[in-house]
Amino acid sequence: MWNQPSKISHFMLDLTPYTCLGAALRDALDRWPNETCLIESDRDREKLRLTYSDFKGLARRLLRALQDADFNPGDRAAIIMTNQSKWLVSAYAIFYGGGVVVPLDYKLSAAEHLELLAHSKAKFLVVEYYLWRAIMHSPEFKNAKMQVVLVTEAPAAVDLAGAYRWEEFRRKGEPTFVNRQKEDPASIVYSSGTGGRPKGCVLTHENYLEQCRALTAWYPFWPGVRYLSILPTNHAIDFMVGFIGPFVCGACVVHLRTLRPEYVRDAFTRYKITYMSLVPMVLKNLERGLRAKFEELPKSRRFLLNRLVSLNRLLTRRRARVGLSRILLPQVHSAFGGQLRAMFTGGAFIEPSTLQFFYDLGIPVANGYGLTEAGTALTLNDFKPFRADTVGKPLPGVELRVLNPDREGIGEVAVRSKTVMSHYLDDPELTTQTIVDGWLLTGDLGRFDVSRHLQLFGRKKNMIVTEGGKNIYPEDIETVFDGLPVKEYCILAAHYIWPAKSLGHEMLIIVLRPESSQQFNSTLRDDLAARNRRLPDFKRVGGYVLWDREFPRTASMKIRRPGLAEEIRKRLDPSSAVVEL
Amino acid sequence: MQSSDQTLNQILDLACKHFKVPREKLTPDEDFFKTLGIDSLQALDLLTRLEHHFNVELPDYELQGVSDFRTLADRIQARL
Repeated sequence: MWNQPSKISHFMLDLTPYTCLGAALRDALDRWPNETCLIESDRDREKLRLTYSDFKGLARRLLRALQDADFNPGDRAAIIMTNQSKWLVSAYAIFYGGGVVVPLDYKLSAAEHLELLAHSKAKFLVVEYYLWRAIMHSPEFKNAKMQVVLVTEAPAAVDLAGAYRWEEFRRKGEPTFVNRQKEDPASIVYSSGTGGRPKGCVLTHENYLEQCRALTAWYPFWPGVRYLSILPTNHAIDFMVGFIGPFVCGACVVHLRTLRPEYVRDAFTRYKITYMSLVPMVLKNLERGLRAKFEELPKSRRFLLNRLVSLNRLLTRRRARVGLSRILLPQVHSAFGGQLRAMFTGGAFIEPSTLQFFYDLGIPVANGYGLTEAGTALTLNDFKPFRADTVGKPLPGVELRVLNPDREGIGEVAVRSKTVMSHYLDDPELTTQTIVDGWLLTGDLGRFDVSRHLQLFGRKKNMIVTEGGKNIYPEDIETVFDGLPVKEYCILAAHYIWPAKSLGHEMLIIVLRPESSQQFNSTLRDDLAARNRRLPDFKRVGGYVLWDREFPRTASMKIRRPGLAEEIRKRLDPSSAVVEL
Repeated sequence: MQSSDQTLNQILDLACKHFKVPREKLTPDEDFFKTLGIDSLQALDLLTRLEHHFNVELPDYELQGVSDFRTLADRIQARL
C-alpha cells in the first residue's frame, strides 16, 4: 500500500481543464489501471474486488448495450440501489454517455419511487431486485414510463415484468463518449417532494467538479487510501467522497453492504480504512460500543486510559495530530484499523459531546453542513482548531452570509458558490423563491463566531432532519392521515411553531381540529397512532396538538402553514400543548 | 418446523434478554422502537442475535419498515 505522498496534488487529477464528470472519470480510470478502485463486502464475506481497469471494462460494455437500446445524450437514468459497486459502474456509464443520473433514495416506498421516476421523466432505471419487486407489485406501476429497466441480483427464473438483468445487459464494442459542458445537468437529486411538489435539484457538472476540488483540498485522497462506504451512494456525501473524490485520485472505495455495527467495526481493521462517512446514529452507536468497552476495563487501566486521553486532548488543542494520537492511544486506534484519518458527517445535528469524545481519542470527526441544493458540503471542520459546537468553516469557494441577523447575530444562512444547483426541475417559481440575486436561501438559522466557524441554531423551514440524516417534510407524510375523522389537520415541525434556537431532538407534530361536537377519545387516538405506524419509523410524527380554531387558508384553500404556526405560537405553550403520540 | 407462535415467543424472550427489559413490557404488536427506545442500528443488533438463534440469515432490508415483533416473526418464519 502507498504511504501518504509528500505532494498530494501530484496524485490528484487536475480537474481544471474538465467540463464534465464523464471526462474526468474516464481519464482517472486510465491513469491508475492496476490500482484497486472497489471492494465489495457483504458482512465479512468479500464478494468483489475491481481494479480501475476492471471497472472501465464493466462500464463500457454496459454503456454499449445502453446506447444500442437508444440511450442518448441528455437522457435521464435513475438509480435505486443501496451502496454497492453496480451503482458506481452504472453512474459512470451514464456520465460517459452524456446522460443525467437521477439518484433516488432506496428507502422510499414503491409508490414514492414511481412518483419521482415520473416527475424526473427517467427513461432508464437501474434497480436492485428486492426494490424492483416492490415497484412491480405497486398499483401505480401500470403508469410507469421507463423504457429500459435493469435489475441487479435478480434470482434465476423470476419474472421481471419486461426488465433486463443488469449482469447480462452488456455488448462488446466501443461505446460513444459524449462530452458535456460545465453548465449541463449531471444529476437530478430530490431533496423532498413525494407529497405533491417534488423538489428535484438539478446539479451541474460544474457543481460537482467544484465541490470535488474544494473537498479534496482539505481531505486529500491518493492511491492506497481506502474509503469505507456504508451510506447509500444516493446520499450526497457518499456520492462525492465515496465515488467522485476517490476516483479522481486513484483511491479505493470499500462498500460494506450492511449497517450492522459488528461488521462495521470489523471492516475498519480488515480493510485498514482511511476515511468514512456516517450519520449521527452510527456515530452514536460507535460511541456506545467504545464507552461500554472502557467501562469493562480494570480500574487501573481505565485510569491510565483517562490520563492518556487527557494528554491527547492537550496536545491536539490547536490542531488534530492523528499520528501522535495513534502512538498515545494505540489500542483505540488499532480497533479502527490504525489508518483512520477522519470520519465525515453532516446534515443532521450531532451532540457536541459525541464529537468531542472522538476527537479526544484522536479520531477526528469532520462534521459539516450542507444541503442538496448546494452540492455536498458548504462548511466543514478542518480541526485547526476543532470546534465541536460548530459545523466548521466555509469550504474554499463558498461564500456564506447571515441575513437579517438579530441582536445575537443569528439569522438565515445564505450561500453563493459554484456548487449551488442550477434550478429545481420544472419549478421556476420555487427556484425564484429559493435563489435570490444569486444567493441560495438555506432556511437554516446560524451565525459566525470570531474565527469564522458557523454555528447553527435551528431552522426557519418547516421540516426536520433525523439522526439517520433524512430530511422529512410534513407535506410528504400528510397523505397517511387522509380520512382521519376530524374537521381538519395539519403537520408542522415543532420548531416551526416554537423556534428553538437549537438543533437536535427535532419532531413533527400533527395539529388536529376536531368537529365542534367531537371529543378526542381513545378511538381517535388509536386511529391516529395506527396511521402513524404505517409510516417508516423515521418519518413518524412525535406528538399531537388539539386546536379549536379554523385553520387559515389561502385563496386556493390550501392551509396557510406560517399563519397557523403563528396563531398556535401565540395561544399555546409547547410544554402543555404537545401530547406525545 | 416450529409454529409462528413459537417463533414469536422465542423472539420476545430473546429481545427481553438482549435489551434487559421485563418480558411483560414487550407485546407482539407494539412499536418496539418506541417501547424499547432503540434506534434502527440497535434493532439490527437484535436481528444478528436472532439469526444466530434461528440459524437463518436475513439481509438488512428485511427489517426495512418492520417495527413490531409479529411482523419480524413472520419474516423469520418465512426463512425457517
